[in-house]
Amino acid sequence: MSEQIVYALEVFANGLMSGVLYALVALGFVLIYKASGIFNFAQGVMALFAAMTLVGIQNGQVPFAHLINAVLGTHIHHFGWHIHSVLALIFTVGVMILLAVAIQRFVFRHLVGQEPIILFMATIGLAYFLEGFSDLMWNSEIKTLKFCVAEGTCLPQGMNMAIDEAAYNAFGTGFFIDNLDISAAIVAVMLVIALVAFSQYTKQGRAMRAVADDHQAALSVGISLNFIWILVWSVAGFVALVAGIMWGAKSGVQFSLSLIALKALPVLMLGGFTSIPGAIVGGLIIGVGEKMFEYCFGTGQCFGGIINLGGATENWFAYVLALVFLVFRPQGLFGEKIIERV
Amino acid sequence: MKKIFVTAIAGLMAASPVMADLVFPSLSYRTGPYAAGGIPFADGYTDYFTLLNERDGGIGGVKVSVPECETGYNTEKGVECYESTKGEGALVYQPLSTGITYQLIPKTTADDIPMHTMGYGRTSAANGDVFSHTFNYPGSYWNGASGGVNYLLETNGGDISGKKIALVYHNSAYGKEPIRTLEELQKKHGFELSLLPVDHPGQEQKSQWLQIRREKPDYVMMWGWGVMNQVAIQEAANIRFPMENFIGIWWSGAEHDVLPAGDKANGYKALTFHNVGRDFPVFADIQKYVVDAGKAAGAGDQVGNVLYNRGLYAAMLAAEAAKTAQEIHGTKDITASMMRDGMEALEITEEKMAALGMPNFGPSFSVSCENHGGPGLVGVTQWDASSKTWSLISDFKATDIDVIGALIAEDSGAYASENNIASNCN
Amino acid sequence: MFYREAGDFKTSYSKDNQTFPIKIDRVGYYLVLLVAFLVVPFMLNDYWVNAIFLPFLIYSIAAIGLNILVGYCGQVSLGTGGFMAVGAYACYKLMTTFPDINIFFHVIIAGGITGLVCVVFGLPSLRIKGFYLAVATLAAQFFLVWLFNRVPWFYNYSASGQINAPERTVFGIEVTGANTEAWATYLFCLVFVVASAWIARNLTRGMTGRKWMAIRDMDIAAEIIGVNPLKAKISAFAVSGFFVGISGALFFAVYLGAVEVGEAFGITKSFLVLFMIIIGGLGSIFGSFAGAAFLVLLPVVLKVVGVDMLGWPTDMVAHLQLVIVGGLIILFLILEPHGLAQLWRVTKQKLRLWPFPH
Repeated sequence: MSEQIVYALEVFANGLMSGVLYALVALGFVLIYKASGIFNFAQGVMALFAAMTLVGIQNGQVPFAHLINAVLGTHIHHFGWHIHSVLALIFTVGVMILLAVAIQRFVFRHLVGQEPIILFMATIGLAYFLEGFSDLMWNSEIKTLKFCVAEGTCLPQGMNMAIDEAAYNAFGTGFFIDNLDISAAIVAVMLVIALVAFSQYTKQGRAMRAVADDHQAALSVGISLNFIWILVWSVAGFVALVAGIMWGAKSGVQFSLSLIALKALPVLMLGGFTSIPGAIVGGLIIGVGEKMFEYCFGTGQCFGGIINLGGATENWFAYVLALVFLVFRPQGLFGEKIIERV
Repeated sequence: MKKIFVTAIAGLMAASPVMADLVFPSLSYRTGPYAAGGIPFADGYTDYFTLLNERDGGIGGVKVSVPECETGYNTEKGVECYESTKGEGALVYQPLSTGITYQLIPKTTADDIPMHTMGYGRTSAANGDVFSHTFNYPGSYWNGASGGVNYLLETNGGDISGKKIALVYHNSAYGKEPIRTLEELQKKHGFELSLLPVDHPGQEQKSQWLQIRREKPDYVMMWGWGVMNQVAIQEAANIRFPMENFIGIWWSGAEHDVLPAGDKANGYKALTFHNVGRDFPVFADIQKYVVDAGKAAGAGDQVGNVLYNRGLYAAMLAAEAAKTAQEIHGTKDITASMMRDGMEALEITEEKMAALGMPNFGPSFSVSCENHGGPGLVGVTQWDASSKTWSLISDFKATDIDVIGALIAEDSGAYASENNIASNCN
Repeated sequence: MFYREAGDFKTSYSKDNQTFPIKIDRVGYYLVLLVAFLVVPFMLNDYWVNAIFLPFLIYSIAAIGLNILVGYCGQVSLGTGGFMAVGAYACYKLMTTFPDINIFFHVIIAGGITGLVCVVFGLPSLRIKGFYLAVATLAAQFFLVWLFNRVPWFYNYSASGQINAPERTVFGIEVTGANTEAWATYLFCLVFVVASAWIARNLTRGMTGRKWMAIRDMDIAAEIIGVNPLKAKISAFAVSGFFVGISGALFFAVYLGAVEVGEAFGITKSFLVLFMIIIGGLGSIFGSFAGAAFLVLLPVVLKVVGVDMLGWPTDMVAHLQLVIVGGLIILFLILEPHGLAQLWRVTKQKLRLWPFPH
């Protein structure tokens, strides 16, 4: 096999892996949109907040230390403990559930029946709020995220040597796949299986689907909308936490983590706002598409380099790809067919 | 923290006449995507002036005040900060953002307030003949680019022809700065340059690093800032690029850039124009007068970090320029205009730095009317992941003035003709 | 008692149809104009102009432009930052290519160019609707910013990729560059603001505006009653782009003076202008002003209170500021989902009956 093809395959495979990471973020959007019709702009900030909370609990940071110190004149920063990652994860899930309850109680309960644009706007307010709140709570320095299930078995990072060597023996060139990406893919698959199982085989899951189908009908058979919405926001919070861990492991936990939402938007457009398989497939298409475009035309590696745009095309290409796609299929790949009546 | 809080309130209640102080506004960013870089710099800048106040009673006996204004690395807020502080008698501005710098160059010139952009901003401002109120001593990005190439020349026995160098850069005005210089140097030294832009914010760099993996450059240079640094170093480690061949600019070489990658970042190098670590007598004073006295800026946990030292160094240069201005004009209460004269006559010698408790903290240099950029000496630091310290592995050395000088003359000439600026130095 | 229409007799159709049918409104409007043109310029200093008035005026134009598209025509756009960048770069190229032509015309032509670009990116709106369209306009945002960063022709091949506004004058008085007087830049922007608001107001209450609103309320129904959706949507994109382009040109040339595209016209700008019109009120010219004023003033006020008066650390104030802005947005939506403009309308309605509400 020629080197060129191996390289292209390598880009393709890494695109798929990036796609999984995008899909992880997009999943959170879809869950909330499907159940309540809210386009949750705060999903990225929720990932940031979740990851910061996880690291904060792990390292025994005192929440609001800066504020407390400024007001009371104390000098506290740390409780002086380090908590096991899994335990910290459980605590963080607890915090995310509390957040979901608070969001439902203080924001969306008062906005029932408003137009979608108003609800969208509220989530933007929420994003602002959480952004300031998480910095206030855990300060704005970069935190290193180490997620270890047990001593020595941490979230892996770096090139997978086995694949690299196998490729080297087979084609004479190595093949790069990041271990973190492999674990992210495994986690994503598990997450989707768990979500599907939850929504198919549990009572709450079925109630969730009922609400997604028709609010009025669900209400009339005695499903508590309030409870379901809290549930959905909690699940979305958990998905945000997973996405935050995966992205934060690479870059450290810091403000920019909230910007991953921008990576998920084209995925949503492509896959449709209401479809979980859409988010996955959309993520994969976007991931592969933008990586291959950058490889072929962004840096001029294909077709003898006829087109070389000078790189950094990924940001807009994802959107343009989605846009072109939408022109032909306005509801996205798996979105519900839009039926318009007068 | 509490002390700042209390003194600030006390200051307000007493309605102290601020005009009597020497005012050094600190346009900082402790929030937003670049907070991790902004916090240590702002802490270092403030702490040095606090030290002068506590230990020496200010500069030449006049107290110093450092009003802080949060820009969030945002140009509009930067303008607001500038306008709100310039009325308080601000002596010099250090905006710590290339975007804000560009805005303030004409404004500060019109308002007769000097601006110091240390290791950032508009490189051609080194030509004091055109940019009368902008200073960028002791070094600029073009010095940085040339310094990096010189370091490679040195380690390769003076010949890097045929070597491949890849530049990974933030796709913005800042990141594009070194390209021209590197292209000129490429012609001169015969190396092969490839450019890899990374779009803001830079969380996703797989394409760029896969390309590096394919092309196998001998060296990678990086002009990054914010999350881009951490991700780039992590990705370099992932593809097993040898870290000692990976050189970042001074804004890509602080503790928080390498820590997330852990042990795998060991050996990563960064350019610098000032020394690193806390192995200087001045830190004992800072500990005694500032930290232990509870007067440290921010959380007080940044002392000795690379960017903290940079803030400290910027404050030191500003204080020395103020002293020079006091000498020239024979008055303690200097104005911004006098400060500018002081900056233009600034001379930093080894003895001066040693007397300040900062021996070999930066290069020795002098500023003149024509040359606002200083000598452009560049050193190299390296990260040791096991002891979690940066250390200077190559002392401050001269850069290729022939190449850079021509570029500066060209760019500043264009600015001068575009804006009808007359010669400042005659 | 004072605010009422009784006794204010209209004798012609045009009088009955004027923008401010109530006398006290009309008087108030002329009074505001009078103060803005004749009193404010004499009371300004650099701080007031650069920190408050210029951003307010320029964002008002952008908000009016976006409000036409989102509030009147119902096409949600998140590409405002990119379109403002088009205005800024068009203005820069015109200023440097034709230095002899008055900057006043440069700004207007820059608006026109932006209108055309906006139309191109508006074409997909015929197929894509709702949030899908909002996200699709992000394609314009990212692509335009990348383009201006990538192609050196746009920034005249300067080494840094920044664009700098050269000095230009109107009637011999400098309005761009470093040596401008506070009042001159203020008045220059004010002229554009007043003109934009006047044009926008009259467009939206005429035939064009009614067509836009028909499309907004239900595009299929509008099509059935004979509104051409192609023409209506495209004209909304064009007009909106024109205003947004003017605001981008002023933002660069008069307000900042130097601009780097990714930083000044990034995605945050698109969101900021969208927040302004939602907080101010969708489908209201007054709302555009109110929203712009709110989001320009609030951070400054919070900063003055937090840092200057209470003496808190700047970073804490900045974090609290986000919390407060976010909290206020939510609170506003809960109390009055239709923005400040609706609040104003309700107040006026109450005033009409005051003090005898029954």
